Amino acid sequence: MTIENMPMVKAINAGLRAALAKDDRVLLMGEDIGTLGGVFRVTEGLKNEFGSNRVLDTPLAESAIVGTAIGLAMRGYRPVCEIQFDGFIYPAFDQITSQLAKMTSRHEGELPMPVVIRVPYGGHIGAVEHHQESNEAYFAHTAGLRLVSPSNPHDAYWMIQEAIESQDPVLFFEPKSRYWPKGDVNLSANDIPLHASRIARTGTDVTLIGHGAMVSVLLQAAEIAQEEGTSVEVVDLRSLSPVDYGPILDSVRKTGRAVVAQEAPQNVSLGSEIAATITERAFYSLEAPVVRVSGFDVPFPPAKLETIYLPDADRVLDAVDRVLSY
Amino acid sequence: MVTLTDEFMLEMQRRMLRIRAFDERASKMVKRGHIPGTVHTSIGQEAQVVGATMALGDNDYMSGNHRSHGHPIGKGSPLGPLMAELQGKGTGVCKGKGGSLHLADFNVGSLGESGIVGSSIPIAMGAALSSQVLGRDTVALAFFGDGAANQGVLYESMNMSGTWKLPVIFLCENNQYALSTPAHTVTSGVIADRAAGFGIPGVRVEDGQDVLAVYAAVSEAVARARRGEGPTLIEVVTYRYNEHSEGLRLGTDYRPSDEREAWLKKDPIVLFREHLIANGHTAEAMDALEAEVLAEVDAAVEFSENSPWPDASVGFDDLYTDSEYAA
Ligand SMILES: Cc1ncc(C[n+]2csc(CCOP(=O)(O)OP(=O)(O)O)c2C)c(N)n1
Ligand SMILES: [Mg+2]
Repeated sequence: MTIENMPMVKAINAGLRAALAKDDRVLLMGEDIGTLGGVFRVTEGLKNEFGSNRVLDTPLAESAIVGTAIGLAMRGYRPVCEIQFDGFIYPAFDQITSQLAKMTSRHEGELPMPVVIRVPYGGHIGAVEHHQESNEAYFAHTAGLRLVSPSNPHDAYWMIQEAIESQDPVLFFEPKSRYWPKGDVNLSANDIPLHASRIARTGTDVTLIGHGAMVSVLLQAAEIAQEEGTSVEVVDLRSLSPVDYGPILDSVRKTGRAVVAQEAPQNVSLGSEIAATITERAFYSLEAPVVRVSGFDVPFPPAKLETIYLPDADRVLDAVDRVLSY
Repeated sequence: MVTLTDEFMLEMQRRMLRIRAFDERASKMVKRGHIPGTVHTSIGQEAQVVGATMALGDNDYMSGNHRSHGHPIGKGSPLGPLMAELQGKGTGVCKGKGGSLHLADFNVGSLGESGIVGSSIPIAMGAALSSQVLGRDTVALAFFGDGAANQGVLYESMNMSGTWKLPVIFLCENNQYALSTPAHTVTSGVIADRAAGFGIPGVRVEDGQDVLAVYAAVSEAVARARRGEGPTLIEVVTYRYNEHSEGLRLGTDYRPSDEREAWLKKDPIVLFREHLIANGHTAEAMDALEAEVLAEVDAAVEFSENSPWPDASVGFDDLYTDSEYAA
């Protein structure tokens, strides 16, 4: 069954509902997620439906929320924590990087850690510092964590359920600027595993790579490039750690040119890692250096400057021009 | 009970009025798109803010949180650069880069505000430690909410400052909600009572709508800190009248419907106006004061509106003090 015109918020809500209904070891915890339904309404109605034992309104205490989730996972539960906004994850940084990420390897694989941490991330909502960050690199840098990020409602619906089913900790980066645009969601069939990347548009001249909200920007850039006579392929990463390099390398071997785009600052970023890996593994296919398009290496700027900070189709196309100029 | 001069009490009322008028205007400007994003107002909490800030001396320090327009206003900041900061103008107290959540006027002893709840509490301790090390008698006060009181960093701070007898005041603005979450659903015990575990005084100001009650409690803690006797935790019970932040449109359904009405009857500004009138001031004089403050806010908005937008390049400025190795 395909539902048309479903926004991502509703798709994640439906995915969470399905997971809660399917497995009573799944429980949700976070600030303002129950009675209010979350500041973005992602968990709306779930406390009413499943009760306050399954959907917990917690104190404002990110470190304790994640720590508790770890303990729950040790006892066989599948907790899903919500971090209200990207920048509020830092008080939980210790629990995530020194406990959550390491438990399984510390216990020689005997101890699964099926914890999901949902992180609404990224810009485009005109908010302030701490509310617009794209901070996935901190976590991708930490071995033992899995990171995924849907770009559209269909993927969001399935990926949240797969993340919950994963035996490993998954940080689920939700592109908050894509919460409201609508798309079709096929509720009966999922066509792709959680950690697979996907070709979002086929083309022959340049490969554009990105995730989350960036994918719609890349598709827009590809449209414009098409009018200019350049055929662009777009890869939606979906999984940020591990990265599924197969489709990326196949694409680059075909096009010979790659641009990696991200909202995050560039220094030591996920985009940098991907660019380096492409260079290592597809060097002889490359006609040009891999170019990165990123946010800038400054704190997320005031709302007025957001549009300058965040890569748009124009900046992506400048990079396309650059890789074509070699 | 402390005896305060007439002049001082009028100044208290003036600052409460400033906070109210400033935040009411800011709220309107957010809704009309003249201020980007959102702002958290202190409307309803003015007594708690002014009672605390006016118990501090000019050279004392304070750290704030996300609901921190009132803190600098209460400590005497001029309104123009604060309004410009909300709008993101270059004449703002942080050159327009901090916005509402980081409205730090360093001229009045602010150590900064933070959008990360709980995050700026320990920073006040650093200022307090510096006073102690340097043999100065200045104190530092950390403002935070009932929500922040559940972050672990408060307890690290209470322990450290209790051990070292730092001249710091932990001021919990208990407006009874953290966003939509009622404090009683997420708070074990009484916040003020937590001080006992650290061997420091814990004071609960039940009537946080009474500026004099707040002032008295904070003054005592300040005097104690100046004498070198260490920190105090003060919990002030108050109420915010508006939604968590302006334009958020989450509504206020999470509150009992008659609750706000009841608290509106305890409007700190109305209460203090009545107190002043009972003590010999005329209603006309009070009206005049209110009009004066409204004019001040008008002037602040005009100052801000007339200030130029900063060049986009400011986004790249000031990342480091030394630009030699900057990217
Ligand atoms: C670490 C962190 N977690 C969550 C948030 C989101 N948030 C902003 S204000 C707020 C409620 C804070 O409540 P309280 O400390 O009582 O202050 P109040 O807003 O009531 O003044 C929340 C949950 C945040 N800014 N930082
Ligand atoms: Mg509160």
